Amino acid sequence: MNMLLQIDGLTKAYDTVAVLKGVSLSLDHGQSLALTGESGSGKSTLLHLIGALDTPDSGTILLDGVEITGLNDTARAAVLRDRIGLVFQQFNLIPSLNVAQNIAFQARLARCHDPARDALLAQRLGLSDLLSRYPEALSGGQQQRVAIARALAHAPKLILADEPTGNLDEATGDLVLDLLLELVAETGAALMMVTHSTRLAARLDRRLHLSRGELTQTGSV
Amino acid sequence: MIYAALLTLFSHWRRHPGQLTMLVLGLALATALWSGVQAINTQARTAYAEAAATLGQDRLDRLVRADGHPVPLADYIALRRAGYLVSPVISGELRSGDARLRLLGIDPLTAPPEANTPTQQGTNLDLGAFFMAPGLLLMTAETAAAALPPDLPPIRIATGIPPRAALTDIGTAARLLGQSDPSYLLVWREQPAHLPPLVTATTLQPVAPEQRADPAQLTESFHLNLTAFGLLAFAVGLFIVHAAIGLAFEQRRATMRSLRALGLPLRSLLMAFTLELAVLSLFAGLIGLILGYSIAAALMPGVAGSLRGLYGADLPGTLSFDPLWALAALAMTLAGAGLAGAQAMRRTARLPILAPALPQAWQQAATHHMRRQAYIALALLGLSGMLVLWGDNLFLGFVAVACLFLGAALLLPITLAQLLGLIQSRTRSALGEWLFADTRQQLPGLSLALMALLLALAANIGVSTMVGSFRTTFVGWLDQRLVAELYVTAPNEAEAARLVAYLNPRTEAILPVVWADTTLAGRPGAVYGQADHPTFRDHWPLIAALPDAWDRLALGEGVLINEQLARFARLAPGDSLTISQDTTLPILGVYSDYGNPEAQAIVTLDRFIAAFPTITPTRFALRVAPAQTAALASALRDEFGLPADAVINQTQIKRFSLEIFEQTFLITGALNLLTLGVAGFALLTGLLTLADMRLPQLAPVWALGITRARLARFELIRSVVLAALTFFLAVPVGLALAWLLLAVINVQAFGWRLPMQIFPNDGLRLLALSLIAATMAAALPALRLARISPGRLLKVFAHES
Amino acid sequence: MKASLCAAVLYLFTGHATAQGFAGLGTEVQGFAIPQSPAIFDFPADHGAHPVYRIEWWYLTANLTGDDGTAYGAQWTLFRSALTPADAPGWEASQLWMAHAGLTTPGAHLSAERLARGGIGQAGVTTTPFTAWIDDWSMISTAPATADALDALSIRAIGDGFSYDLSLTANGPLIYHGQAGYSVKSAQSQASYYYSQPFYTVSGTLSLADHQIPVTGTAWLDREWSSQPLSETQDGWDWVSLQFDDGARLMGFTLRDSAAADFTAATWIAPDGTTQSYPDGALRMTALAQSEVAMRAIPTTWRVELPDRGLDITATALNPQSWMDVSIPYWEGPVTITGTHQGRGYLEMTGYE
Repeated sequence: MNMLLQIDGLTKAYDTVAVLKGVSLSLDHGQSLALTGESGSGKSTLLHLIGALDTPDSGTILLDGVEITGLNDTARAAVLRDRIGLVFQQFNLIPSLNVAQNIAFQARLARCHDPARDALLAQRLGLSDLLSRYPEALSGGQQQRVAIARALAHAPKLILADEPTGNLDEATGDLVLDLLLELVAETGAALMMVTHSTRLAARLDRRLHLSRGELTQTGSV
Repeated sequence: MIYAALLTLFSHWRRHPGQLTMLVLGLALATALWSGVQAINTQARTAYAEAAATLGQDRLDRLVRADGHPVPLADYIALRRAGYLVSPVISGELRSGDARLRLLGIDPLTAPPEANTPTQQGTNLDLGAFFMAPGLLLMTAETAAAALPPDLPPIRIATGIPPRAALTDIGTAARLLGQSDPSYLLVWREQPAHLPPLVTATTLQPVAPEQRADPAQLTESFHLNLTAFGLLAFAVGLFIVHAAIGLAFEQRRATMRSLRALGLPLRSLLMAFTLELAVLSLFAGLIGLILGYSIAAALMPGVAGSLRGLYGADLPGTLSFDPLWALAALAMTLAGAGLAGAQAMRRTARLPILAPALPQAWQQAATHHMRRQAYIALALLGLSGMLVLWGDNLFLGFVAVACLFLGAALLLPITLAQLLGLIQSRTRSALGEWLFADTRQQLPGLSLALMALLLALAANIGVSTMVGSFRTTFVGWLDQRLVAELYVTAPNEAEAARLVAYLNPRTEAILPVVWADTTLAGRPGAVYGQADHPTFRDHWPLIAALPDAWDRLALGEGVLINEQLARFARLAPGDSLTISQDTTLPILGVYSDYGNPEAQAIVTLDRFIAAFPTITPTRFALRVAPAQTAALASALRDEFGLPADAVINQTQIKRFSLEIFEQTFLITGALNLLTLGVAGFALLTGLLTLADMRLPQLAPVWALGITRARLARFELIRSVVLAALTFFLAVPVGLALAWLLLAVINVQAFGWRLPMQIFPNDGLRLLALSLIAATMAAALPALRLARISPGRLLKVFAHES
Repeated sequence: MKASLCAAVLYLFTGHATAQGFAGLGTEVQGFAIPQSPAIFDFPADHGAHPVYRIEWWYLTANLTGDDGTAYGAQWTLFRSALTPADAPGWEASQLWMAHAGLTTPGAHLSAERLARGGIGQAGVTTTPFTAWIDDWSMISTAPATADALDALSIRAIGDGFSYDLSLTANGPLIYHGQAGYSVKSAQSQASYYYSQPFYTVSGTLSLADHQIPVTGTAWLDREWSSQPLSETQDGWDWVSLQFDDGARLMGFTLRDSAAADFTAATWIAPDGTTQSYPDGALRMTALAQSEVAMRAIPTTWRVELPDRGLDITATALNPQSWMDVSIPYWEGPVTITGTHQGRGYLEMTGYE
């Protein structure tokens, strides 16, 4: 049983507009999956549901053996905190904390803070000299690297990345994606990444296309 | 065009009724407290002016006898027969229990035109009835409705007469007061040209209006106090308005930019903005006026009580409406709203038409101002200190208070930032670290509200420390003064003799309490006769005294006077005082006599009996062993059938005295609480304003696995921490204020300095109160956060920019 | 005939005189004594005050001439008005006093007023020796004890910008108006006690804006008291006291009635003091010319006819602006007589609105 994530018949509507119409998919440990689709196709919503940030109207999400759709706020937050790392398009660092604090934040919340791992991540991501800086003093690429470090610092089972390079120029974006893929592979985490770029999607193990709330498989293992 | 812009701007409020409520309520509160206090002040000043102007006495000289006794009728007639234009007045007070009425008996036939007596005003007065017994008493409806002494002549309601006073014919006053000689003579301003100056024609002393004790002057500090409170409340209210306007501006950035992009000139936009603010301010101002009037009306009886207790100044207990006051208050509201809106206007003016809509918190630009603020703050505190050292009047004293407050407020943000940084560096948990770091970052947005809280807390601490010190001193003084265990009053002289016989074997000492209501230095007062007994000697502290004052008093060589008389008549030990027609004695000392607006003098029993032979004591202070007090009290009631209030033990008297005292400071307490309430509201609005803007900062934390409920709890904790820190910073400011009030303001205002005492319990209560206020202020935004839909948080992560 | 002036004391505090104010006294006389005929006088007591009567006055007018022949007029009046028919001492103001002083020159008229309550000594009248006073104004008898107190008087008054000090000596007896001093005022038989001393010669000093002016002349003192002097519809009067060059004198008045015919009365006084009283209708007074005084039209030239004495004269005001600007204002000033008789006199007019 190598399955990390099993989703069945997931539906979600916002204000009577159906965003997801019965989505089912599965993801193995260590596997990477690209989720492509038009604007408004529901790919971010799907990502948020998997990340336990929101709850579906129906369907099930089995993450690492835990059915998370039926959990209460606290338990869902625990799943998110302990097993998932999030990377956003807008980085979403905590502005009042410096780089080191940002990287360690989730790990500390999850009570699995490992300074050595932080140091390693920082080194791999080229952040060692920036640890005492505050986010506002960093470039976009640097911020996203901090976000990646933060997402990986607590050794999550699953990284959810939502257009992680969308706010970066192509060269920086490629660099950041390289690092992300490398580190995901090294840590053995699974990755699910939303992107609208087929070029980037091509670099992941699997590709799924979401269109008007329904999945169409565009690639396979 | 402007109309369309206005409609667009106003549509914002339709969508955010909460913000509208906040803005209106903030302005209304500011207006209410300010205008309420002003209404009270205006009313009081009008009353003083009216009282001073009664019979034109604010412009007319008086002739009095140097010793304060009435002017012999023959002297008056002699002046008239010599051709001088003077008019007699018989004034005095009728008392019966608690009821008292000041009578002002005038002679309409000779009254100067400036006196503008009701008889000169063309009122519909039955002059026959006015002149002829039983006469008429003219008084205001309020005076007539209050408790009045019995057996008064018919009453006619009239206006323009001081509270608790009645204007009547001099004949009626003479009959009611049993006094045939004029109390004083009013002097016409124009005297016949052929006559030598009036002063050369009489031994009576002229007294110019400005030489007379003026309640307006005496009570100046009290009103300055109220005004300061009102201004403080107004400033605090403006913080609220500032926050609301700032928030509305932030949220309408896009709207305004669209309007500009659609071709609306900047001037029109600013005009629309101004109009909008004016309309809202006017609306809020009107609500504030109604509130303010209600506050003032509710506080007025307390104020009247305070002023009566403190200064003997009579005020009507009800409030009248003054349109000028309303206009002034509205103008103040408009000006305040303009001030609060100025920043938003400036931002509007600088708003680039096509700037990206970055959710940049508008208040963060203020961060680098903190340091500059701190320098200004230090300068202000320094100035305050210098004023304390070298200032020498009441006004400068209040300026020192203002500098202290402003300096402390400006110093608050940077101090809080340092403190939070310190705590943050000591925190072990990630969330704690984030909490303090985040709170620190929020400071600029909350600093105005926190400054308001600081000021309210400091004022509270300062004033309650002052009142508390005052109270402790007063209670100590009461303990000293009221040493006798029992006070007993006999119904008549025969009973008094029987009582003394009965008491002799049963008490340690029987000290007669005997007094005569009379006029001292031209003011109503009382002379007390006192036995020489250690009870008095040991327990009556003298403020100023000649050497061996008590010994000389015991020998009948002089008189002791109370502080009020000393201050009013500018008498000091060594001067002399006439206590009766033919008794003039040197003043040996001055004692403090809190809560008694009237002049008082003490002589020995022998002296008293010589001066007032008709008065024999029917009241006695009894020294009894404390254990026997209750038994003796009930025995006296039973044996002599004395009514309950004829046998009083000192605890009762103390309670009564303290009641008077509490009444005196009722208003202070009420205003204190109101200010604190407003500050709490400012905090609420500050937090509400920030709440919406903070989502981008909270969402990532939430997305790292912190529940909304937990975040909400942190919001509460944050607010409480800020309040607690502010409280602890307010403590030194409040104590400094108390010291200023006691050691500077008090000295300047009254010429006495009270020892300062600190009341930790009051402080703890206030701390609890401010924490509750902070929790309540944070509760609503926290609740909203706890219940926010994930969708709204997720929007923060939305791709579209 | 200044009856209601005194009555007006009661109303003067209202600040404006009205016809009702003047007439208000007419009816109510509770407790007060009423003049009875025949009049019986008792001097010197009757020179003094009569507290049981409602109103009373000591009214002196003087026609004076300066060294340079300039004509002057002076008036000194003390009114008494009783609130109750009692004379209580002290502050119980049962008797009120009012005094007017006037000084007329051809170009100016000055007036002053004083008010006082009785009982305290600020104003009053004593009979032995005779003194009438209010403040520093006084009328003091200087007659020897054997003579009538009013035979010689010293008069003094001081107002704003003027004062006078006059010595009066009577050259004839007191004379009595109406029926031996019982003077009827209306067809409804309102009446007063009324006598005069019209025979004074005067010398003294007027003081006008610090100028001392020695004067000589003649004067006329009226004494009158009553409790019900006017009927309700009588709203004013025109009164003259005339001193003819031949030594005869005439007192006459018209009471203007709003509801009935005017009521007139006159007393002819021969140089020796013998009198003849004339009933209603014998005297005719006709206004010839009016002047605008204090914003009202007031007749200041009169034709006075007493056919029984062949009298038909014109009385012309020395100064048409002789307006007494006091609580209840009225016109009072010297007149010059031309026609069948020549001489000087005083004119008083009240109730002109």
